Amino acid sequence: MTEQATGAPKPQPRARTGGQPTIPAPAAPITGAQSLIRSLEEVGADTVFGIPGGAILPAYDPMMDSGKVRHVLVRHEQGAGHAATGYAQATGKVGVCMATSGPGATNLVTPLADAHMDSVPMVAITGQVASRMIGTDGFQEADICGISMPVTKHNFLVRDPDDIPRIIAEAFHIAATGRPGPVVVDIAKDALEGRTVFAWPPTTDLPGYHPVTKPHGKQIREAARLLCEASRPVLYVGGGVLKAGASAELKVLAELTGAPVTTTLMGLGSFPDSHEQHLGMPGMHGAVAAVTALQKSDLIVGLGVRFDDRVTGKLDSFAPHAKVVHADIDPAEIGKNRAADVPIVGDAREVIADLVVALQAEFEGGYAGEEARARYAEWWKLLSRWSEAYPLGYDLPEDGTLAPQQVIQRLGELAPEDSVFAAGVGQHQMWAAHFIDHETPATWLNSGGLGTMGYAVPAALGAKVGQPGRTVWAVDGDGCFQMTNQELVTAAMNGIPIKVAVINNGALGMVRQWQTLFYNQRYSNTNLHAPHGAPPEEPEEGPLSRGTRCPDFVKLAEAMGCVGLRCETPDQLDAVIEKANAINDRPVVVDFIVNEDAMVWPMVAAGTSNDEVMAARGVRPDFSGDD
Amino acid sequence: MSKHTLSVLVEDTPGILARIASLFSRRGFNIDSLAVGVTEHPDISRITIVVNVEDLPLEQVTKQLNKLVNVLKIVELEPDSAVQRELVLAKVRADNETRSQIVEIVQLFRAKTVDVSPEAVTIEATGSGDKLEAMLKMLEPFGIKELVQSGTIAIGRGARSITDRSLRSLERTA
Repeated sequence: MTEQATGAPKPQPRARTGGQPTIPAPAAPITGAQSLIRSLEEVGADTVFGIPGGAILPAYDPMMDSGKVRHVLVRHEQGAGHAATGYAQATGKVGVCMATSGPGATNLVTPLADAHMDSVPMVAITGQVASRMIGTDGFQEADICGISMPVTKHNFLVRDPDDIPRIIAEAFHIAATGRPGPVVVDIAKDALEGRTVFAWPPTTDLPGYHPVTKPHGKQIREAARLLCEASRPVLYVGGGVLKAGASAELKVLAELTGAPVTTTLMGLGSFPDSHEQHLGMPGMHGAVAAVTALQKSDLIVGLGVRFDDRVTGKLDSFAPHAKVVHADIDPAEIGKNRAADVPIVGDAREVIADLVVALQAEFEGGYAGEEARARYAEWWKLLSRWSEAYPLGYDLPEDGTLAPQQVIQRLGELAPEDSVFAAGVGQHQMWAAHFIDHETPATWLNSGGLGTMGYAVPAALGAKVGQPGRTVWAVDGDGCFQMTNQELVTAAMNGIPIKVAVINNGALGMVRQWQTLFYNQRYSNTNLHAPHGAPPEEPEEGPLSRGTRCPDFVKLAEAMGCVGLRCETPDQLDAVIEKANAINDRPVVVDFIVNEDAMVWPMVAAGTSNDEVMAARGVRPDFSGDD
Repeated sequence: MSKHTLSVLVEDTPGILARIASLFSRRGFNIDSLAVGVTEHPDISRITIVVNVEDLPLEQVTKQLNKLVNVLKIVELEPDSAVQRELVLAKVRADNETRSQIVEIVQLFRAKTVDVSPEAVTIEATGSGDKLEAMLKMLEPFGIKELVQSGTIAIGRGARSITDRSLRSLERTA
């Protein structure tokens, strides 16, 4: 039962004799397409990213007249999908994308899967061939409901124009509530063209959809009790806390308990990086202190997390001595990977708020408050030692080339306050996670679960549309950038001045790193700067890194209506970044040619235990005497 | 591994069976048997699924099923407190010599002969999986020419109905 449903007026029979009619005269008939645009206006969708085509064409006609819905014409449907995701992650609202049937719809599959993995609220509206053509292999027909079933929260096929307002309301409700996710609304062309009557709000009908947001009091008290008894607790915080808007509550909880906090890749920004209780990110490329804190903890309080394999490493050796409190809005996540001693189903904000109240009650009852903090003090001695001995860091290349980590760090330091960073996938993503200070929610966007290369540029575009007042940087690799950079045309043509930092090492860097470490430096098909099959050539002169020069990203940027800049040496770095930051009337692309041998550390090799974390190449942390 | 019988009440919407079947396959669970039919409520279908899994994966699959928007309710029916039935239609080779022996077996298992021809009899039998298996074992020596078997359907014993509460929620939103 939705709020819209509760308030929905029931149709009333017209009064038979005399008196005033109980309802206004029926609205004038309109088309299904008009009804769709009206519905989008009513649900508050202010932006749609999309591309028209045959089956969705009827919807684009009334779209032209809408004063409330802005349509951003992208250059590829994948861009529309990721832009909707970026918009949603930067604003907290439902992102909307639109595409035609067949190839338009199938091009949305990657962003749908991406949004599904990262629980991003998104509604994708696709055209479908006319009802009578469905199933006949008609021109541009694809069964997008069937195709997208495993990668969406839900989907609808609309054949009747009268259903459009109800289904749009339901789609937005499903996308935004509970564990958010993508919803596809596939509308047959005849439903868009057919006559209907628009009425709002519609009566929604979702008898099987009841997300639980209010946690169980008994479980909360049990979690509070475990926190008071623990000696080595860790608050393990994920994207669910950001989605619930629970950062303020989290800070209260952390400071009340004094427990260390680790935020996952999806949770960065939910707790300030600069906070003294923050250990950093856990997982495969997590900070040594964060990885080890979880490994050696006696209580993990998971908040809006899913014990993903990138966090746990080899599951059966993950945090062997820890009891687990697992709070998530999705009951199916609890106990999926790691058994929970205290399962809590609920919205992270309500869970944390209730937990704070329960802990205050425990403390006021004189129970263990000071004692717990004293025990935590012992724990902090260890944590501080690990943090100090194995801080995040990098070496500057001796040959005078740019360190990619330094580029990313300076991008963060020189960016105006509240800048948004969208990362692609790979080494640059991990460095951006580590070396940019993530202080506030909704300023860090990336493809965490699906690991979608090509996410950054369109996501940054979507974020900038949603947050026009903020500086938005896409931190991309030269591999990722070549997947979706055509959306820079969209940015240039629509006045969306994003900034793109191409961390150009001339290689598919993360894959190359694995080849360096696990495949005897046999660099099969990871070299982007030399002709395929050619041996990597030596630089002709000087210490300059090679980077990808084909295409020439500066010229490419200019060709797409953007400003193109290049930076090759450390002494140019700040000046180039400041120049890019000063340009606000056009998109900017900065081609940072960086050292190709830089690697992401720390690292837990895939399939191994988190006990095997390596602080740097050949550097295994010394934990002797810590147990 | 052990067998579990799940009764799943779903909204009668297009594609719901595909949603459920696809969920089982993508989460790596095998369906032993599946039966779908209408219920006393025209908008609700009931799907009976028999799965062969450990308890923990069963909990996971139940939770995943519950996340499907069109799924109203899932109840696991324990063998002791539920009636479970399957239907078998079997075409058994028969001649003048063996026909009476076959009919005798049919009577023994309280099955029915639904069609007779000079070379075969067709038998209809309902019952638990065990009973049907025993009957088929007895018929096998005569030669089973064709066999068709329904999925298990099951209903809890006693006066309580698992559809009651789901119906109420449907009425509330109607």
